[in-house]
Amino acid sequence: MATVEIKNVRKSYGPVEAIKGIDIAIQDGEFLVLLGPSGCGKSTLLRMVAGLESITGGQVVIGGRVVNDLEPKDRDIAMVFQNYALYPHMSVFDNMAYGLKIRGVDKAEIESRVAKAAEILELGRFLTRRPSQLSGGQRQRVAMGRAIVREPAAFLFDEPLSNLDAKLRTQMRIEIKRLQDRLGITSLYVTHDQVEAMTLADRVLVMNHGVAEQIGTPLEVYQRPASLFVAGFIGSPPMNVLDAVIDPSGQGVMMPGGALLPLARPRPNDANRPVKLGIRPEHLAINEDGLDTSPVLVELVEALGADTVVYGRLPDGEPLLIRMSGLPSCTEGDRLAVAPQPGALHLFDTATGRRLED
Amino acid sequence: MQRRVIFDNKLLPYLLLAPQVAVTLIFFIWPASQAVWQSVHIQDAFGLRSEFVWFENFTAILSDPNYVGTLRITAVFSLSVAVLSMAVALLLAALADAKIKGAAVYKTLLIWPYALAPAVAAVLWMFIFNPEIGSLGRLLNAMGYNWDYRLNGDQALTMVILAASWKQVSYNFIFFLAGLQAIPRSVLEAANIDGAGPVRRFWTITFPLLSPTTFFLLVVDMVYAFCETFGTIHALTHGGPGKATETLIFRVYQDGVVNNDLGASSAQSVLLMVILIVLTTIQFRFVERKVHYS
Ligand SMILES: Nc1ncnc2c1ncn2[C@@H]1O[C@H](COP(=O)(O)OP(=O)(O)OP(=O)(O)O)[C@@H](O)[C@H]1O
Ligand SMILES: [Mg+2]
Repeated sequence: MATVEIKNVRKSYGPVEAIKGIDIAIQDGEFLVLLGPSGCGKSTLLRMVAGLESITGGQVVIGGRVVNDLEPKDRDIAMVFQNYALYPHMSVFDNMAYGLKIRGVDKAEIESRVAKAAEILELGRFLTRRPSQLSGGQRQRVAMGRAIVREPAAFLFDEPLSNLDAKLRTQMRIEIKRLQDRLGITSLYVTHDQVEAMTLADRVLVMNHGVAEQIGTPLEVYQRPASLFVAGFIGSPPMNVLDAVIDPSGQGVMMPGGALLPLARPRPNDANRPVKLGIRPEHLAINEDGLDTSPVLVELVEALGADTVVYGRLPDGEPLLIRMSGLPSCTEGDRLAVAPQPGALHLFDTATGRRLED
Repeated sequence: MQRRVIFDNKLLPYLLLAPQVAVTLIFFIWPASQAVWQSVHIQDAFGLRSEFVWFENFTAILSDPNYVGTLRITAVFSLSVAVLSMAVALLLAALADAKIKGAAVYKTLLIWPYALAPAVAAVLWMFIFNPEIGSLGRLLNAMGYNWDYRLNGDQALTMVILAASWKQVSYNFIFFLAGLQAIPRSVLEAANIDGAGPVRRFWTITFPLLSPTTFFLLVVDMVYAFCETFGTIHALTHGGPGKATETLIFRVYQDGVVNNDLGASSAQSVLLMVILIVLTTIQFRFVERKVHYS
């Protein structure tokens, strides 16, 4: 068990900069999820921590030791790969015992550790099988077993669930969570699935184009997205983003159609400033009073059972998503007066896309 | 899932097979049966009459003390060629796999020897090993080492082993390289993270995963060493000095073509066939068990 510190780490492939300076200190026992779209550099960052990729700039510190120039084998980490990367010519037992044998752990100890891991992961029946004789989910568990028997300073996961079907993925996700709670080993987990991130993480690092857009707990990232990118990436359906202007008094924000939405905290210093206004679909409600709101034309209604997504359009033609719980209460062609819940407005700078703090 | 191809025309499959069957019949079955027929006959010196003699040719060969010597030389030669050419090819392939930059050029260069006729290759080796004009041969003698493969049997055998292996390295290299590139990188990375250094990774991961390739090449290389090295030996040493480089295949030629003893020569080719069949069967039966096919 150990802390993992990533200090201003950079990675270039020739002229291309894949990681542009990332800083984060992962606490002992913390579960950090690296979340971001495909190609943003998540795997690259993880592989630099693992030692599978050279570090162009900055430092990686594991358990207080700078590991930049150490081989993966000397970093005391274990990694679970997307394609499992099991040793195909070895039995399940040997797959898990391999790292221990190399480290000279004595035979009785190896057997007890493998047996314990096999019990936790319910692999006992499969110990003599080859990986090719296992299902995807079982292989995934062997890969996890191989990582936990080592009792490393940190676990690294690179999209470990993305080869599984939806149901198994949910199941394994819960299993990973349980395992991490039980073992308390510092973990770095790469995914592009926000549900995995939200459910597993103690903290999430949202990445885009090789930079950290935001680091925070899942709730912080959802409730106070630090940038338009994070706002659009977290949450489903994605946040509505509209062009708006702070009104001259700084008390509210003016929508393109002229409607005025009151701000929870006035911003007199920003009077008349154009902003990007973010509102989550689930924070819009049909306004009973019908005051100060723009009528929204309903274009499409998706009934998902537990809730309903309405694809609407504002008078000036901007699209607007509304998510309501329960069954639909409107149909295509209706005009709805909608208003955001109090305190559910997110303001972003038009140029930088960064959040305007209250 | 395998799909069976259904032909409507009953004749078509046979037509498609015909060329291959014809080639096999004309170039293998027919000469092989001739060899079998001749191996149980003795011809007179002018080839006019032949007499059925049961297994007399075989007993004569097997009781010939020289033949045992030939067997021994063949065993040493074939095993050395197979092991040497595979070891060198594997080393080169591992290097090519590790650093694939400029690999196209590197690979092309390594494939050239395979495209060379044995006689031409032999001339090249002569330019290296000849004690009077060969670069290395002259160097060895200048350094006080008494090098002359035309007089020293062991030196001659070493030279033909080198020459025959060299030609086969290309072939083995291509297969080993393909085999290495088929090993998922992440498996090796997992081993690295598990604590295995490069040498241990090679022996515990790479080498076992290459075993189908290694096994295939072992069979091919043994057959090569037994049968296809005639040209190399013929051009370099003529089986000499004495009988120091006379392998089974060379002796078949020697007795049949040079000494005109067709019966003895045919009996030897039949024996050679049997030996190869037994050897290949053993390889498939016992070595293949240790092979991991994924
Ligand atoms: N060997 C390489 N040479 C050049 N560019 C590379 C190399 N490896 C990765 N890249 C680039 O670095 C960027 C980050 O790649 P990375 O694999 O880390 O993405 P990722 O976030 O893991 O994406 P995904 O979710 O698709 O796995 C990509 O734009 C990729 O094209
Ligand atoms: Mg990736």
